[in-house]
Amino acid sequence: MSRILVAMSGGVDSSVAAALLHEQGHDVVGVWMRLHDVADSYSEFKKSCCSLDAADDARRVAAQLGIPFYVMNLEREFDAGVLQPFLTAYLDGRTPSPCVDCNTYVKFGALLGRARHLYDCEAVATGHYARRDVGPDGRARLLRARDDDKDQTYFLYGLRQDQLEHARFPLGELTKPEVRAVARSLGLATADKPESQEICFVPGGDYRDALRERAGWAPEPGPVLDVDGSTLGEHPGSAGFTVGQRRGIGIAADAPRYVSRIDPVSNTIQLGRREDLETRMVPLSGVSFVAGSAPDATVVAGDGSFRAEIRIRHRSALVPARVRPLTAGEPSRGGAWVAETDTPVWAAAPGQAAVLYDGDVVLGGGRIERSAVAA
Amino acid sequence: MAIYLDHAATTPLRREVLDAMLPYLTGEFGNPSSAHGFGRQARAALDEAHQRVAARIGADAREIVFTSGGTEALNLGLKGAAWAGKARGHRIVTSAVEHHAVGHTVRYLEKFGFEIVELPVDRYGRVDPADVEAAITDRTILVSVMLANNEVGTIQPIAEIGRRVHAHRGVLFAVDAVQAGPHVELDVAALGIDLLALSAHKFEGPKGVGLLYIRHGTHIVGQQQGGSQERHRRGGTENVAGAVGMAAAFDLASDERSETSRRLRRLRERLQKAVLAVDGTELTGHPRDRLPNHLSLIARDTDGNAVAMALDLEGIAASVGSACATGSTEVSHVLTAMGYPDEEARGALRLSLGRTTTDAEIDEASLTIPRVIAAMRAGAAAVAADPLGQGALA
Repeated sequence: MSRILVAMSGGVDSSVAAALLHEQGHDVVGVWMRLHDVADSYSEFKKSCCSLDAADDARRVAAQLGIPFYVMNLEREFDAGVLQPFLTAYLDGRTPSPCVDCNTYVKFGALLGRARHLYDCEAVATGHYARRDVGPDGRARLLRARDDDKDQTYFLYGLRQDQLEHARFPLGELTKPEVRAVARSLGLATADKPESQEICFVPGGDYRDALRERAGWAPEPGPVLDVDGSTLGEHPGSAGFTVGQRRGIGIAADAPRYVSRIDPVSNTIQLGRREDLETRMVPLSGVSFVAGSAPDATVVAGDGSFRAEIRIRHRSALVPARVRPLTAGEPSRGGAWVAETDTPVWAAAPGQAAVLYDGDVVLGGGRIERSAVAA
Repeated sequence: MAIYLDHAATTPLRREVLDAMLPYLTGEFGNPSSAHGFGRQARAALDEAHQRVAARIGADAREIVFTSGGTEALNLGLKGAAWAGKARGHRIVTSAVEHHAVGHTVRYLEKFGFEIVELPVDRYGRVDPADVEAAITDRTILVSVMLANNEVGTIQPIAEIGRRVHAHRGVLFAVDAVQAGPHVELDVAALGIDLLALSAHKFEGPKGVGLLYIRHGTHIVGQQQGGSQERHRRGGTENVAGAVGMAAAFDLASDERSETSRRLRRLRERLQKAVLAVDGTELTGHPRDRLPNHLSLIARDTDGNAVAMALDLEGIAASVGSACATGSTEVSHVLTAMGYPDEEARGALRLSLGRTTTDAEIDEASLTIPRVIAAMRAGAAAVAADPLGQGALA
């Protein structure tokens, strides 16, 4: 069987992914990626090595399985591919999708490149809940996980054919309880480890700390505008807000108000009523298609558009839409498209990933652009 | 079976050593401080262990303190001497290439007002004895220089440094001989050493035991309070089996030293020739004044951690230079001190042979290692050209 590198985070999912591949007889190599210095700051021995708890958990599981295990430093790559875009997005009044970038540029980018160029591996496997198969046309397909509740394809839409061909998702057919059961039956050290939800490089859970510490963000107060353009008050710094946010604005109005638009240039937060954040036009930039090209345009018409279901944030409802290129001849990667949804979507946050599905099949996706029309 | 080329990190426990230890882990388990027969039995074994290791380094049995290893021995020696000498002075001279057991210990002392002078080294990692002498002032109480470097294998001119140190009254000379222990004959009197640290697991003894030699008349302040063991210099019930194992291992290593060194030097030279034939590789450390078992190099444009990982996957255990692999990108302070820029120092690799290394293993390693290094250089170039793996992008 082939050699497969498993990205082990120290959590139960990637532990079980490694265990399953090992059971199937693959030559499994476990790797814990050191992506940032957060683990160090948890330690009382700041900056010391040998104190990374998550790495230790992964190491224990690897030892239980009897597979080789290594710590790989990808801090520079993570910084370039994930952290800097994350900071830039917030400072530009957008809402980033760091987990998408991490999959595209780190796990199935930097790590996969090393796995293949340096360590003679056929593939990189992760503990993602997603499925992969080969479609009738011979191209690799990315499919939603069998466990709809855990499906993580939203974060994987950016994978191309050359990445997906060498990606493995051993948990795609399992539910989370099944994964825990496997871990327990094997007595894995991580079997009952609680799920982590926070952004991995923001330990306290408040991304504004990361903005201050890593990007030198010095928030400046600016106006908060109501629906009619009147100034309702002041905010402490526009990069600290996200479209759709209701709490923490510090403004009293007759009806609930949500952040509808963030203008980093004028440092302005525009508020709206709930209905003001509804839209049926979702412009997308940096669009990529898993198959390498957009779905066959003849499905709809000759304008290159196609039908799909769109998801504008992780676990949000799938909404049917017509997706068309913004101009003729948009490239199959990096182009600008627009999704016209059959029913309105709410709080499409610029910067966030929007993913296009055809049933279980992930077609691709892009990042939500600011709408030309004011919300 | 994997080929183990990391004897600088640790060595396997020798069978004869285990056999010597076993009685003290089983039937003869007494506490050396006990007044009864069990205690006397253990005390006799411990006394004999002191005697045996002392004889091998030209010391007296009472000059030996068994510790939990090289790190503790160095902590005890350096802190003990620093606190004892505080009334006379506060200046401690050391080198830029010491093991962290020395480097971090003197940095700790610095926080308490000691002045630390870190001497530079040459391209090969050697300290200039004249620099040592020049650094000594009337406020200097201690000089600590390692005998052989753990990362690059360079052997320091210790006898000459010892002479220079002892030209100054009241300055103690501490030597970290942990890495040199199995390979370099030690005579503390001839070398002018006041404090010397050894670790058993570097010469096929057990882990968890080492020793500090303390020349008669050298005052050190104990760092571990409790009982009066080891002549009040280290409280705590003694590791009798460990001490017996260390003595047995050191006897064997000393008896076989010249033969083992000759054989290892020959094997290492063979491996060295094969490895350095790869483009972009360079020996680090001194070409002649180095440990016979030690081959350290830089493979340009590679990451030593990645090379060590690839070698491990090929069944060869090697390391980048020190045994702490947690994904830190900090480059070796030793190579930095030797003048290597970070980008070169990242390509460090250490291959260290041991008594149990066979000709057949070196034959195989001489084929595998050059192949892996060459492949890693090619692979690393591909990775460097496309660090985020986005190659398919036009």
